[in-house]
Amino acid sequence: MHNNFVRKIIFDEKLRALVIQTLTIGIFAVIIYLLVKQTAYNLDKRGISSGFDFLGMSAGYDISIRLIPFTSDDTHLRAYFVGLLNTLLIAICGCFLATIIGFLVGIIRLSSNWLFRNIAYVYVEFTRNVPVLLQIILYYSILLHLPKIKQAIVLLDTFYLTNRGLFSPSPIFKEGFSIVIGSFIAALIASFFIKKYLQKKQEQTGKQYPIFLINSALIIFTPIIFYYIMGMPLEFDSPILKGFNFKGGMVVRPEFLGMLFGLSIYTAAFISETVRSGIISVSKGQREASKALGLKNNLMMRLIIIPQALRVIIPPLTSQYLNLTKNSSLGIAIGYADLVHGFGGISLNQTGRAIEIMLIVMFTYLTISLIISFFMNVYNKAVQFKGNA
Amino acid sequence: MSVEQVIQLEKVNKWYDDFHVLKDIDLVVDKGQKIVICGPSGSGKSTMIRCINRLEAHQEGKIVVHGTELTNDLKNIDLIRKNVGMVFQQFNLFPHLTVLENITLAPIWVKKLPKKEAEEIAMSYLEKVKIPEQAEKFPGQLSGGQQQRVAIARSLAMNPDIMLFDEPTSALDPEMIKEVLDVMIQLADEGMTMLVVTHEMGFAKTVADQMIFMDEGRIVEQATPEEFFDNPKSDRTKLFLSQILNH
Amino acid sequence: MSNTTFQTIQHSKQYNWLVKNLFSSWVNTLMTIIAAIFLYQVGTAFLDWAFFSADFKTNFQGDLITDRNLCSKNIAPGEYGACWAIIYARFDQFMYGLYPVEESWRVNLTYALLPFAIVGLLFDKLPFRKYFIYFTFIFPFIAYFMLYGGPGLSVVGTNKWGGLLVTLFLGVTGIGLAFPLSIALALGRRSQMPIIRSICVVFIEFIRGVPLITLLFTANVMLPLFLPDGVNPDNLLRALVAVTLFQSAYMAEAIRGGLQAIPRGQVEAAQSLGLSYWQTTRKIVLPQALKIAIPPIVNTCIGLFKDTSLVLIIGLFDLLGVGKAALADMSWTKLYYEVYVFIALVFFIFCFGMSRYSLYLEKKLKTDNS
Repeated sequence: MHNNFVRKIIFDEKLRALVIQTLTIGIFAVIIYLLVKQTAYNLDKRGISSGFDFLGMSAGYDISIRLIPFTSDDTHLRAYFVGLLNTLLIAICGCFLATIIGFLVGIIRLSSNWLFRNIAYVYVEFTRNVPVLLQIILYYSILLHLPKIKQAIVLLDTFYLTNRGLFSPSPIFKEGFSIVIGSFIAALIASFFIKKYLQKKQEQTGKQYPIFLINSALIIFTPIIFYYIMGMPLEFDSPILKGFNFKGGMVVRPEFLGMLFGLSIYTAAFISETVRSGIISVSKGQREASKALGLKNNLMMRLIIIPQALRVIIPPLTSQYLNLTKNSSLGIAIGYADLVHGFGGISLNQTGRAIEIMLIVMFTYLTISLIISFFMNVYNKAVQFKGNA
Repeated sequence: MSVEQVIQLEKVNKWYDDFHVLKDIDLVVDKGQKIVICGPSGSGKSTMIRCINRLEAHQEGKIVVHGTELTNDLKNIDLIRKNVGMVFQQFNLFPHLTVLENITLAPIWVKKLPKKEAEEIAMSYLEKVKIPEQAEKFPGQLSGGQQQRVAIARSLAMNPDIMLFDEPTSALDPEMIKEVLDVMIQLADEGMTMLVVTHEMGFAKTVADQMIFMDEGRIVEQATPEEFFDNPKSDRTKLFLSQILNH
Repeated sequence: MSNTTFQTIQHSKQYNWLVKNLFSSWVNTLMTIIAAIFLYQVGTAFLDWAFFSADFKTNFQGDLITDRNLCSKNIAPGEYGACWAIIYARFDQFMYGLYPVEESWRVNLTYALLPFAIVGLLFDKLPFRKYFIYFTFIFPFIAYFMLYGGPGLSVVGTNKWGGLLVTLFLGVTGIGLAFPLSIALALGRRSQMPIIRSICVVFIEFIRGVPLITLLFTANVMLPLFLPDGVNPDNLLRALVAVTLFQSAYMAEAIRGGLQAIPRGQVEAAQSLGLSYWQTTRKIVLPQALKIAIPPIVNTCIGLFKDTSLVLIIGLFDLLGVGKAALADMSWTKLYYEVYVFIALVFFIFCFGMSRYSLYLEKKLKTDNS
């Protein structure tokens, strides 16, 4: 009867689960309804319209750092793409630099020299325990304190380090340069085949060939040789000081450099820890077995330690890449025109379409995160040790 | 007729910081001898055999393997490691390589053999340890006993003159100990020089030419199995035997 | 080749250590020399700048420094180092923001009580631990009353709060509020009910996929749009909402790791004894899971503490924001390094302390469980 039904709801597992979930959906639905209603009312009251049509409207502002052309007449949608490209640019450059520094420092932390080990330790601890925003602002301040253009620091007679950025010659590709590029690609492809060929030879005869050296020489020297054969088809438009500014050439802005140094050095500290614990995690027994078989140190690292260490390193390394990408949103603090600064900041202030813009921005970051996570999961599954069949 | 002495330890001493782990070890191993080393844990038995292939370094005394003295000279160390095989308690197989690749790794990269030849050698040893069908599997897919047999095959593939065993069956479930001991007995019958650290006294009685009892870093007693088990000289040996033989 | 190649003398421990770590080979020795030169150059330069040639409250002429022009390095360029006077001059702002100076005893009292509120949670061998935990629960109310005001104490609006006060407030309150929420999320994510599980997964993955700055912007700009007339949470509270939601997602993942480490047998044993789901969770699963998860949880707390600096972007004056404001003051511009080094030091002390605690915990867990 009635009593029985109530008892059932409380004690019958399946029924109870159903009731709880229905209630949850119901509560959420009510909350969302109220929220939407209230928001619409507030927007109306403040005279803010909604919709995504603003994307087609002209932005009305300039973006100083950009990879594609952009003027203040271009649309907000284009501003979005400029910002997105800037975000991806700093993310890729940052991840690249951070990985190099991180691996280097991680290996130094395992060095047999006490001084090197501990200098690296101090670097890691200081960098990890200070906010990344502070580090970015600090590097940016240092860069802004470089000499003015008229007293620029000259590097190698061609680069000018100033407080407005690093001025460098921009390359002009003449006819025939495409042949040089072609030779480089050909060298890459050839090196692939050479590697396969020499590996096969080793299998057949047992003799070991210095594959890495041969291929490196090939890839480096072939384009150089072709460059000279084609009559050096590369000119540089050098920056020349005219009045208060340089004319010609290209400039790497301090905003970009500040973000690059801040993000890379910070993230590298975390990566170095990952690398260090990854290499340590390969059990001592593996090293002993290798030594007992007579494997020399570099072979042991190459064939046994590093393959196993990489399996442990790659997942946390990927999450560091994600962190760096998200931290690139701090560009707004120093004026680097990433997605949050331009589209998320200026466009938002101008159009007032806070909800739409924030949704687009968050959705963009989500997509990037999910893509990176997806590939990481695929890689992770592929390299798991097969066992417990 | 003089038998060749393949291993000589003379007044070998070793310290871990302040802890004196090996005290004045004197030992001579003839070619083809099977020596079983036993003793309580911490007595230095594993440390002693690990000094022979330089997994540990001794501070005092002299170790000579096959006429080559074991010093800091890397060339000597390499030479010795090529001729001395080791089997570990924890197997230490390479988990990211197949069974076959585990065995062919050293022949290809250290002895510089062609792949085909290395694989033939590997398969012959896999057959010898009676698991040729596991060649393409990964270590994680094998049982403990099978893994240890692969480890033995891996060491044998380098054609060593001397085999060191560091408690090879201590990490195995009881039903798998026999299959590993059978392989070791066969190896002994074929004339391999073996130093075995173990608690398996049945195996010792079957195979050993010499029994060594170590305690607190010293060789307390060395004798033939008959003398050792029936008439131990030292009180400490008697105590140890009574502890392990009566359960 | 004979016995004489080996030492028959035992070298001293120190000598052995030196050889092994610094001089074991030619390469190693070279590295030691390079490192020593580097350390000497950098070390002496920094120490000189920070201490020996630096001004603290007075300059080299003995005058009190009230303006950057009185800094030794600006009077005699090239000969002197840091001018720490800016820190002294604006110390109140760094610590309290614009809090009225006569009321700052309230903040000091809160600061002093904070360790007592936390210590009960951190050390389980503490004598009288129970009373400390009671205090942990009533502390938020005391702190609120002290900081904000109420009967007997004048009200100090949050727009006057700043500096370390804001940083600590956001950090401690954010973590405290996020904790129960993150437990709920972690349990929900492992629930058998698909709706509950999906909601938790979506929430956690969404928050973890976006930068904190977007959440801060959202809270700042959108919160007023979501709420009815008259309800207008102040800026600090909006930031607190964003920070709490952010932290709860990351902590939830750390707790989930702990939950996954509990063997299924624990739950089965509890169930076979007749314990309900909530009893099992509360008495068996959670205590063990939280213990295991504490090191990663502390890591998220360190991250949060550092991330509170982001609120300067939405116009709040946390420690870093106060620093930037100080630099914008005409009397003190261009003393960048002094301000940033000081702020970095403060953050370092807190974060490094937390990470040391986490290491202490990890060691303790290892020995407890072995």
